[in-house]
Amino acid sequence: MTASTALTPPVVVGGSAEPAAETHRAPATWVRELEDLAPSAPAPRKRVVGTATATDRFIVTGSLLAAASLAWVVCFRLLPWAAVPGYVVTAFVLFLAIVTVATTVTSDGPMIADRLASAVVTGGAALVGVALVSTVVYTFVRGAPALPHLTMFISDMAGVGPRDPLTRGGVAHAIVGSLIQISIAVAVTVPLGFGTAVFMTEVGGGLARIVRTVVEAMTALPSIVAGLFIYTVLIVGLGVPRSGLAAAAALSVMMLPIIARAADVVLRVIPSGLREASLALGASRWRTVWHVVLPTARPGLATALILGVARGIGETSPVLLTSGAASFFVINPVDGVMNSLPLFIYTTVRSGEPLYIERGFAAATILLGLVLVLFVVARRVARPRTGR
Amino acid sequence: MTVLHTEAPPSLAPEPRTLSTATVGADRAFVLGARAIGASVLAITGGIGVFLAIQAVPTLRRYGWSFFTETQWQPEADVLGIASVLVGTVTVALVALAVAFPLALATALYISEYAPLRLKSAFVSMVDLMAAVPSIIYGIWGFFLLQPHASGIARWLSTYLGWLPFFKVDTDPTAALWEQSRFTASAFVAGLAVAMMVLPMSSAVMREVFSQAPLGEKEAALALGSTRWGMIRAVVLPFGKGGIIGGTMLGLGRALGETIAVVLIISPSFDLKFRPLELGTNTVSALIAGRFGEATDAQLSALLTAGLVLFIATLIVNTLAALVVARSRSGAGTDL
Repeated sequence: MTASTALTPPVVVGGSAEPAAETHRAPATWVRELEDLAPSAPAPRKRVVGTATATDRFIVTGSLLAAASLAWVVCFRLLPWAAVPGYVVTAFVLFLAIVTVATTVTSDGPMIADRLASAVVTGGAALVGVALVSTVVYTFVRGAPALPHLTMFISDMAGVGPRDPLTRGGVAHAIVGSLIQISIAVAVTVPLGFGTAVFMTEVGGGLARIVRTVVEAMTALPSIVAGLFIYTVLIVGLGVPRSGLAAAAALSVMMLPIIARAADVVLRVIPSGLREASLALGASRWRTVWHVVLPTARPGLATALILGVARGIGETSPVLLTSGAASFFVINPVDGVMNSLPLFIYTTVRSGEPLYIERGFAAATILLGLVLVLFVVARRVARPRTGR
Repeated sequence: MTVLHTEAPPSLAPEPRTLSTATVGADRAFVLGARAIGASVLAITGGIGVFLAIQAVPTLRRYGWSFFTETQWQPEADVLGIASVLVGTVTVALVALAVAFPLALATALYISEYAPLRLKSAFVSMVDLMAAVPSIIYGIWGFFLLQPHASGIARWLSTYLGWLPFFKVDTDPTAALWEQSRFTASAFVAGLAVAMMVLPMSSAVMREVFSQAPLGEKEAALALGSTRWGMIRAVVLPFGKGGIIGGTMLGLGRALGETIAVVLIISPSFDLKFRPLELGTNTVSALIAGRFGEATDAQLSALLTAGLVLFIATLIVNTLAALVVARSRSGAGTDL
């Protein structure tokens, strides 16, 4: 790429501009023809910068093919490594080697390093992409057999045994339980979390600094410890039975620092000029916060909330300790054990019964779908409005 | 005739107005209300920390230092200790980091430097989405899809690199039939699943810092004839060093506390060993998830102490990470 793309100035044909001086009288002033300078000033031509040349593409494609074939020989014919991951790894390592050798023919040291580095970086990113896509696709594929049954969405698991077909029983009770628990948790954490963020940014003072330090520290609290805290205090200490309320409390304890901190970050980047303009116009601090700061921060706050909800709805360890697992509809959050989607997945997958595992995957698909929807909504909300 | 008033006008001398900064009315209610909310959140969150610390006292008084050195967890024999679970926690976290760090770095570099401009925001969304996928999903992914393949990788590693102490697996390598079960339910497989949760977090921090690398210096490197990799090595990586370290440590903090994916995959054991490829390990969070149900008051206190140790470890790691990231963003080198 370095030497081969150096431009050779095109030969400009200079004979076309012959002056017809015989027929016209020469003007008093005239522009001298630039025939002698023409070769050094080539016609402007758009140069191609930074893209791969045909040679580069050939080297990469050829190396890929060579590596794929050689890896097949190595893995499936020579050595006992006949497995897909082994094949992929071998092929990638061979690809790096072949690319190095092939590049050595045309280019020098830095070029080889560049080629190798981009192969490694792209390969790593591709591996991550494959892992993510495989997670989502695998969940959907394993959940597919159970999902088409309508009962999955409208009935519970009461009286459904491990051998009962998928046409009986469903996960509706877990969906309802999850929604109830997360609603309670949101109802608790939003006023407290957003209120704390407003306190930390808009009121300030010594207490605010302490609160900020403690809240930031508590974001490090592992979710299982949050669950154990509620278990010890509410269930063992105060004798509250395992219930949706206890699970919601555990979720709230886990989500509160996360939401407060995220909202704090959002409020802190509101331009202070807006606040000052509002105060200078005579608005009180309260009106400034309510009519200027919070509306400006609304998209950011909504994103913080939605991502917090997505985190909370998928968290298993707090509800594992606090909610118990009912196999039937429970609407009242203080009335005994209640199921939720993550807990349902956890218990069915661990049961080892094939049909239960299928139900578990169906629940996982629903959970993943919920999280995906929340995520897309968060993206939509966070995007700055256009056309204003 | 004009009459000139020679004396000064009566009261033009500046007279300080009385300005009151005291809040009144609705403002006063607002400030007091906000302060009350802040104080209550402080009480809740701080209360958890204080509660954990208080609950740890009887356990630490009873078992003393042996709580940290004892490997077994046998409440019925009055022998309790978290040495083996701590080692297991660190093992899982290290495996997760060893996998997640290079991949997170590659992903961050790819998105910030290599990806086509049109696809960049889509890739950023994908990494964010990866962070939003619940841990139970990664758990069942690791258990059902990854484990069979991962045990093959583990076998390969132990066959060819078994002379390294941490790749050793206690099995007969020349056996006619491969003892696959020895290679499953290990810290290695759990670490791979945890890596999926660590990766997006670290990658997001790294990409953020990389994207702040000074454009002028990047262009200067390219204009001097550097290749893209040369530019990355000379400008982006030195500038983003803090982000790389901080992002990795934030990931470590997440990896230490991860529960469900680990519980689903590992088979609990209390051996004090550092052999991630071999069957059986245990982590603090898995211990809590497994033992809370039948725990008496004293055991609950012991579990809470284990949780406190985990929390403090996570807190230290997170604080260090935040410090490193904050320092890397101090703006050094951004002036042109």
